[in-house]
Amino acid sequence: MEATQATPVKYDMDVVRWFTIMAVVYGVVGTLVGVYVAAELAWPFLNFDLAELSFGRLRPLHTNAVIFAFGGCVLMATGFYIVQRTGQTKLWSNAMAWFTFWGWNLIIVLAVITLPLGLTSGKEYAELVWPIDILIAVVWLSFGLNHIMTTVIRKTSHIYVSNWFTMGMIVMITYLHVVNSMAIPVSMTEAFSIYSGVQDAMIQWWWGHNAVGFYLTGGFLGIMYYFIPKQSGRPVFSYRLSVLHFWTLTFGYVWLGAHHLQYTALPDWTGSLGAAISLAMIIPSWGGAMNGMMTLSGAWDKLRTDYILRFLVTAMAFYAMSTFDGPVMSIKSVNALSHYTDWTVGHVHAGALGWMAMISFGAIYHMVKKLWNTEMYSERLVNIHFWVSLIGAVTYIVAMWVSGIMQGLMWRDYDEFGSLTYTFIESVSAMHPYYVMRTVGGAIFNLGTWIMLFNVVMTVRQAGAARSVNAVAAKA
Amino acid sequence: MSDHDKLYSTKLQDKIERNTLLMFVLTAVAVSVGGIVEIVPLFYLPNTAMCQNDPTCNNTQHKDLQGNAIPMDKIIWNPATSAHKTLDEWQPGDGVRPHKALELAGRSIYIREGCFLCHSQMIRPFRDEKDRYGHYSIAEESMYDHTYQWGSKRTGPDLARVGGKYSDEWHRKHLKYPRDVVPESVMPNYFFLDKAAVNVDTAIKTMNVMTKMPFNPVPRTIYTDAYLESAKTELENKTEMDAVIAYLQSLGNHVKFEEGVNYRD
Repeated sequence: MEATQATPVKYDMDVVRWFTIMAVVYGVVGTLVGVYVAAELAWPFLNFDLAELSFGRLRPLHTNAVIFAFGGCVLMATGFYIVQRTGQTKLWSNAMAWFTFWGWNLIIVLAVITLPLGLTSGKEYAELVWPIDILIAVVWLSFGLNHIMTTVIRKTSHIYVSNWFTMGMIVMITYLHVVNSMAIPVSMTEAFSIYSGVQDAMIQWWWGHNAVGFYLTGGFLGIMYYFIPKQSGRPVFSYRLSVLHFWTLTFGYVWLGAHHLQYTALPDWTGSLGAAISLAMIIPSWGGAMNGMMTLSGAWDKLRTDYILRFLVTAMAFYAMSTFDGPVMSIKSVNALSHYTDWTVGHVHAGALGWMAMISFGAIYHMVKKLWNTEMYSERLVNIHFWVSLIGAVTYIVAMWVSGIMQGLMWRDYDEFGSLTYTFIESVSAMHPYYVMRTVGGAIFNLGTWIMLFNVVMTVRQAGAARSVNAVAAKA
Repeated sequence: MSDHDKLYSTKLQDKIERNTLLMFVLTAVAVSVGGIVEIVPLFYLPNTAMCQNDPTCNNTQHKDLQGNAIPMDKIIWNPATSAHKTLDEWQPGDGVRPHKALELAGRSIYIREGCFLCHSQMIRPFRDEKDRYGHYSIAEESMYDHTYQWGSKRTGPDLARVGGKYSDEWHRKHLKYPRDVVPESVMPNYFFLDKAAVNVDTAIKTMNVMTKMPFNPVPRTIYTDAYLESAKTELENKTEMDAVIAYLQSLGNHVKFEEGVNYRD
């Protein structure tokens, strides 16, 4: 080990810096659009009679911005950061990494233009039109190839666990994106899926749930396995658990998509199979969550002073919670109530705000300090950001759980004469307070991202100033 | 001191961790299994509405109350055996048919505006859904729906059987300014659909594309050259509003369901 450290490696960190900055920016933008669409459901006048601002067109912009713009930049920043440091090598191709950076940002710009114009493929979480889909495939493969080739040229003997998860993500997302996006174009901006009905539904949710499983979970678990040990200064709690976590998740997660289609026209066996494996997935998911949290054993006191660690550990708590919530919702009798309701939205946001965004914030703060070789401009603001995020996320999730269960119960309620108690629109008006509460929760969460943007910008400026002072001193 | 040769797990795991290619291959295999097991059978099993070139739809057999198989052409409209030979002659209850020209144009607008984000088109086999929306949806009903529209959320009500429930005039008012008709609604106003003309070229191209689909294409015996030709004149001077209303009014009345029959397996 000492021998390798004697000659320090010069890593390619410029591209990582830019991915990190863009992640912070997209965090603000993505959640802001989310707050707006949430507000539209509470106060529909906010659609302002403009097609481009209507809920149906902006909602995909929100999901694409948070998942692919924010999440994507976080994954690519951390992916390139981790693979270099754990392999003690530069990137396989720095030029290709820049291609990935510009390509990915181009895709995001195209999404911002096309989605409000109503150009969509009509598939949830895969709304972008077919020419952009092709661009996504190319840019994604450039990321994947570069990442995998960097593990090939690593100087260390073993591939670090984070990179396993990233590799799983790269393989699976490529596979999903290609199969799910198969369509015949009518024009440059419109195409229709080659599958229909049952097959299209199954393939869509195979995509939908595995984008969650491999991108929003697998990719972010890669972050967890690197940044929690680094930030806490403790080794991963259990290596064996991480092996189990990786292979069971990689093999098992793929089966879950069918639980989105229970009691639909999809054959029953498919949904039941999806539900059964969903329940089984509690074991590896909780194993992984424990592995992350127990990494702190012997260092729990650090939570009192280390705000970055708070983000990372809270994320693990939310990960454990939403990987319990999910399997419960896949049980058929629960799903009968929860499907089509806001409960699903609450579940998604427990994962997205609590787990994915929190672990990202922690990783970003950690990386900013290392990448610019400085302390944060304000540790206090990191702490405030933490509490703001937590309060915002919990407010949002609670609102959606309550409204979801209420919706489900209202829809199935019968009066003493054996007729439905509530009309549909009564359930809509009953949701109003919760939609307001959700908007408030989302706005609080969004406020946190502004705090982070400010803090990161000031930190980078401060680092730049310090560098120029040093440079002058060196000359003199 | 180096710990590079120490084994922390099994020999196999250790070997995988040292070899990028091996890890790549095994990961690719591991992630493929679930998808193959759940998706591939849907292309050849019965009850999945995979009907191309096979009028029995992989031996799908819905049995009536006497236990006799209901002929598939009672479920899926077949112009060759039906009394009604063309799309224009088709009557509700004749069986699942492809969308007519104007309906298909309306469906494209339905997708464009993201209607599926708030409205499902998939009724589940529960008492309350039957009372609220009608008979549960069956696989055959969406077999021509390239880019399926089942949806995943009901911020608004299910639309799988909305056809014929309200008048065209109600839909027009409701789509333009939903709160004029339903004060508590949270739906955006779609008054602008009334001002935009249907793009005839795109609509005809869309029909052509539907006949070229590798899975469940619309048969050329239904989208005949004559029908495509007549569609051009039919779509002239139609607004997007007309198209969306035509689409909504066509939803859910294709199959004549018999009480008590299990259409799910």
